Amino acid sequence: MNKFRKNTRKGNPEVSTASLPDIIFILLFFFMVVTVLRQNDVKVNFKLPEASQLDKLDKEDKITIYIGKSKFSNSDKPVIQINDAFAEVSDIYPFLKMTSGGLPNKLNTVLKVDSEVTMGIISDVKTEIRKADQLRISYATMTKNL
Amino acid sequence: MFGKKSKKRLPEIGAGSMADIAFLLLIFFLVTTTVVIDKGIKVVLPPFCEDCPTPPVNDRNVFNIKVNGNDEVLIENEISQVGEIRKRMKTFILNPDNLSTLAVRSNSAVISLQNDRATSYDQYIQVYNEIKAAYNELWEEEAQKQFFRSYKDLKLSQKQQVRKKIPMAISEAEPFDLSMN
Repeated sequence: MNKFRKNTRKGNPEVSTASLPDIIFILLFFFMVVTVLRQNDVKVNFKLPEASQLDKLDKEDKITIYIGKSKFSNSDKPVIQINDAFAEVSDIYPFLKMTSGGLPNKLNTVLKVDSEVTMGIISDVKTEIRKADQLRISYATMTKNL
Repeated sequence: MFGKKSKKRLPEIGAGSMADIAFLLLIFFLVTTTVVIDKGIKVVLPPFCEDCPTPPVNDRNVFNIKVNGNDEVLIENEISQVGEIRKRMKTFILNPDNLSTLAVRSNSAVISLQNDRATSYDQYIQVYNEIKAAYNELWEEEAQKQFFRSYKDLKLSQKQQVRKKIPMAISEAEPFDLSMN
């Protein structure tokens, strides 16, 4: 009996908060590591179209082609940006060939196109992608709220 | 004078506020982190060849969708709306009444999509979205009929079985160019 009474009489030991900073730091480091900073500096303005039948896009071997109005000029002519730099339609084929190392269907090409762009330039881009044998592409869209 | 200072014990740095500082940093990172999950419509393009012989497709098996430069939709040569595509495609592919104008079998139907160079990308995506939606609905119905389960819960082999019955066949012709003529 004595044993039990002894315990209850003692006050609860205080929880040590000395390790709290360490726990928070670990959390902080976790978030810092997980955070992926934007790799591409987007130089074109685009507003993606909305659609409802969506798939998640693969992240491996991703090439992003942006098509939209340039941020640096006032002309309405759509410009093409591959990953990080402006490009012409004719640059797409050598670029894809180089990045894929000549292997067919290695890359996942994501087209981020402004919804006001006309299909002419997109068809040209698609033809270049087909020539480079990278047939898996996807049109990036926003989710449509029904 | 200098000796006096060095003899003094340095005051300890309070570690109690460390947690607060770390918390602030943590909250900063939490707020600034935007988790961007790219979503979109996946497409597999046909391989490129200069002048491939087009395989002869029975005319009644082809469902024509045309979009012109003013974003107007033509389904099987009738002026129509984007919203009509899904319903008409489904009846076309399944052909429940065995009409001679619709697809012979569900696995022989081909959707042909043709657009103008002046068609807006937005309209193109809307049309493509409807075509995909029609296929998704067809697969879902077929999965319920065959396996009494939702299409997304099927095993891979079962999915293939459904897709063999109703294969996705979208043919995109080179866009015509009305502005050039």
